[in-house]
Amino acid sequence: MAIVEERPVEEEEVEHELHEVWEDAPGIPGFFATVDHKRIGMRYIYTAFIFFFIAGLQALFIRAQLTVPDAEVVGPEAYNQLFTMHGTTMIFLFNTPVLAGFGNYLLPLQLGTRDMAFPRLNAFSYWVFVLAGIFMYTSYLVGAPPDGGWFAYLPLTDKVNSPGLNLDFWGLGVIFVGISTTVGAINFIVTTFKLRAPGMSINRLPIFVWSILAMAFMVIFAVPAVTLAAALLESDRLFGTAFFDTARGGSSLLYQHLFWFWGHPEVYILFVPAVGMISMMIPVFSRRALSGYVWAAGSLVAIAFISFGVWVHHMFATGLPALAMSFFSAASLVIAIPSGVLFFVWIATMWQGRVRWTTPMLFSFGFLLIFLLGGLTGVMVSIMPFDWQAHDSYFVVAHFHYVLNGAVVFPIFGALYFWLPKMTGRMLSERMGKLSFWMMFVGFNLAFFPMHVLGLFGMPRRVYTYARGLGWETLNVVVTVGSFLFALGTLLTLVAWVQSRTRGAPAGDNPWDADSLEWAVASPTPHYNFRAIPVVNSRHPLWDQEPLPEASSGDEEATRSLGTPGALDRATPITTGLDAAAEETMAIPRETYLPFLLALGLAVFFTGLLVEALVVGVAGVAVATLGLLWWAWRTEADLV
Amino acid sequence: MAVVAAVVLAACGGSSPSALDPKGPAAARIADVWWLMLALAAAVYVAVAVLILMASRRRAEGQDRRLPLGEHTFIWVGGIAVPTIILVVLAVVTVSSTAELTRAEDNPLRIEVEGFKWWWEVRYPEADIVTANEVHVPVGRPVEVELTTADVIHSFWVPELAGKADMVPGQRNVLRVTANEPGEYRGQCAEYCGLQHARMAFLIIADPPQVFDDWVERHQAPPPEPPPGPAADGERIFESSSCAGCHAVRGTSAVGESGPDLSDFGSRRTLGAVTVENNRDNLGVWIADAQAFKPGNLMPPISLEPDELEALIDYLESRR
Repeated sequence: MAIVEERPVEEEEVEHELHEVWEDAPGIPGFFATVDHKRIGMRYIYTAFIFFFIAGLQALFIRAQLTVPDAEVVGPEAYNQLFTMHGTTMIFLFNTPVLAGFGNYLLPLQLGTRDMAFPRLNAFSYWVFVLAGIFMYTSYLVGAPPDGGWFAYLPLTDKVNSPGLNLDFWGLGVIFVGISTTVGAINFIVTTFKLRAPGMSINRLPIFVWSILAMAFMVIFAVPAVTLAAALLESDRLFGTAFFDTARGGSSLLYQHLFWFWGHPEVYILFVPAVGMISMMIPVFSRRALSGYVWAAGSLVAIAFISFGVWVHHMFATGLPALAMSFFSAASLVIAIPSGVLFFVWIATMWQGRVRWTTPMLFSFGFLLIFLLGGLTGVMVSIMPFDWQAHDSYFVVAHFHYVLNGAVVFPIFGALYFWLPKMTGRMLSERMGKLSFWMMFVGFNLAFFPMHVLGLFGMPRRVYTYARGLGWETLNVVVTVGSFLFALGTLLTLVAWVQSRTRGAPAGDNPWDADSLEWAVASPTPHYNFRAIPVVNSRHPLWDQEPLPEASSGDEEATRSLGTPGALDRATPITTGLDAAAEETMAIPRETYLPFLLALGLAVFFTGLLVEALVVGVAGVAVATLGLLWWAWRTEADLV
Repeated sequence: MAVVAAVVLAACGGSSPSALDPKGPAAARIADVWWLMLALAAAVYVAVAVLILMASRRRAEGQDRRLPLGEHTFIWVGGIAVPTIILVVLAVVTVSSTAELTRAEDNPLRIEVEGFKWWWEVRYPEADIVTANEVHVPVGRPVEVELTTADVIHSFWVPELAGKADMVPGQRNVLRVTANEPGEYRGQCAEYCGLQHARMAFLIIADPPQVFDDWVERHQAPPPEPPPGPAADGERIFESSSCAGCHAVRGTSAVGESGPDLSDFGSRRTLGAVTVENNRDNLGVWIADAQAFKPGNLMPPISLEPDELEALIDYLESRR
């Protein structure tokens, strides 16, 4: 702004006081004790990206080994560990948490509130995620990384066929990290329903919030299945039960049912928030509201429902009755419809607007072209007879990289360029961004398109090598070249991020001229988010409400925290579920070590199970219980 | 993309065990489904990609930006109506092709294939023949392959002949396969089954009915005595050494069950489930150190004097 206003002395005092109230303790204590959704969100994103680059490195080793027939870059043992950990890392330690990170940072801001509904639970879910990741990767230090595939089918993963600790790292790790996802989902749901700014009725939710909500509900219903699968697997392994042992009356297919009852919704758990991001970016860069908002929100909800009826399409070759499988084949076809609707929503938005070719828009554009193909091959593999050929071949590897890499990672990279300026206060270089995009886009298609053909030519998945003379040589070289190009492209974004930290242009409040509430606050976001909670009466508050009206505190409990006094009080308003009318006031807890302590207790507990040491397990439970009790007692606790 | 695909297919599909080069009715039916889907998918891809490009093209200020049909109808037609029509077509195709592929044929030849880590035992219950890693079938006659596993889940896949079916503990899955023309069709395990999943392949060898009948007859006749000389010594070595602990040879005292039956070993084309060609040199290496070709397989190194090794090779190559 051109006009420099002299701030009254009071203002400065308020500012100072707010700082006192909201800022974390400096240094290490604050690091371990923070409950600020913004710090936690960014930490989620950064940690997840560390895992992203680890998984990428694993992928490059895989490609190096497969470039030529009979290569000996890595042996079969290391190769099987590589593809197991690549998949496990990408699903559990990158895609899921990175989206949770964006959700964490953005949700309270887009809803116009001062933190998540359960800030300490939020910190807890981060600590569980990072400790579970460390837990799984400790397997490399003791030379026993999981090697049963990211899906860990039995009986290959039972104690007889996999006697080492490898699978225990996987099974226990999956249970452990599932706690984080579940807790996070509960937090997202409650925050969305109870902490919206006054006036943000349910039909005014930003579409990203709809996507996080749909994702969170899927998590709540899906994750228990994989937790159960992994728990029964570990029970078979550690205590000699026979849930999955066919010879003793169990069933190995039961495991597959449980795994995929989570595993397929999981695909949409990752995909839906990515769609939410795309649906935020495309309108901003088309200078126009999303066309068919109701269609889009409805599609996200529909996907969430239908995603629970398709899991058997991962099991078409297991010999289940054909009639039963036909229903799942049909459901898998039907889920294409909401995706189709989304495409026409995006097209209609761009068509009626004017597209600005920024980096986030380029990534969105890449997403559209890639996801279109991934969606179409998804329809193909849901057709049972064709799946009998394609299943477990490179065709499927191609398909799910088009959806999970192309349609999830591309939106995430776009989102980095879009939202990191809000988080750090600095813009990322557009030049680097565009270069990064084109390298990733070209590399991606070179790497994954030929895999369709390889699959049709009979190349199975999860093979550490292949024989000469099967017609697979040329394409495998192309795939490897593409994968390295793609990797370089991702590195350029890393460079762009590093550059931005020192040389990036200041972002200002709303660099993209966007419509949702996170752009109403300064960049980086102040600790308290909003001094006064905004009053919303539009789906696009920053476009339609100029200037954005701010609520002021009243005397009643319901309105007490709306204005600056609420911020000074570390409080935020609770509003009604549908209409978002002020209803109650919620205190936001201060920093505390308890979430970290509890997560640490769980880590000790899982380590005890891993090494089958009763003492360690009990100690872990004791620490966790202590943490829980303390937590229950000291609701108003200061820094412990 | 479709054009690219077609070019690539033409360029290097020849030598592959390709699902798009079907040699039997099941694979042919699936390939038909594929080409139909590919045509539909290519049409949809082009249509939607063109819309995306048109929607995002640069347009001057004030140029008409109205959607054809209007927003609501545009989304309804593109997102729901058209996909529904296409999906209904595909659903009909799914149901009809599934019914066709799972229909039982009259008078099939029954073959049992059991998966082991990492090889295949092949049994002809009616003819009482046991062999490994090669499935001999008569051209033109429907075959019902009954699939079981001795350990973990494997999957039986011969892309040129049919789709795949898993071998699941406690289950007996049936795959229907017919070979239209004589030939050697490469199959491979498609379900990750541990360390040497990559080297668990097999061959389906389709012969004219007369040739197949001869093959059956030969396997049912009393096994030939090894010719006197080194081969006869080889038999004694085989029976008295650790070989017989794991392998069986018809008509001898060797009845081991944890390794492949070697009764017709000399006629097999490959070693180690299509890992290397079956010849004297490779067999010598394999016996001395099977781990060299296929690390992790169950066979321990066998140390023999050079002349003993030669005798053993003579003997094994004489089992046909």
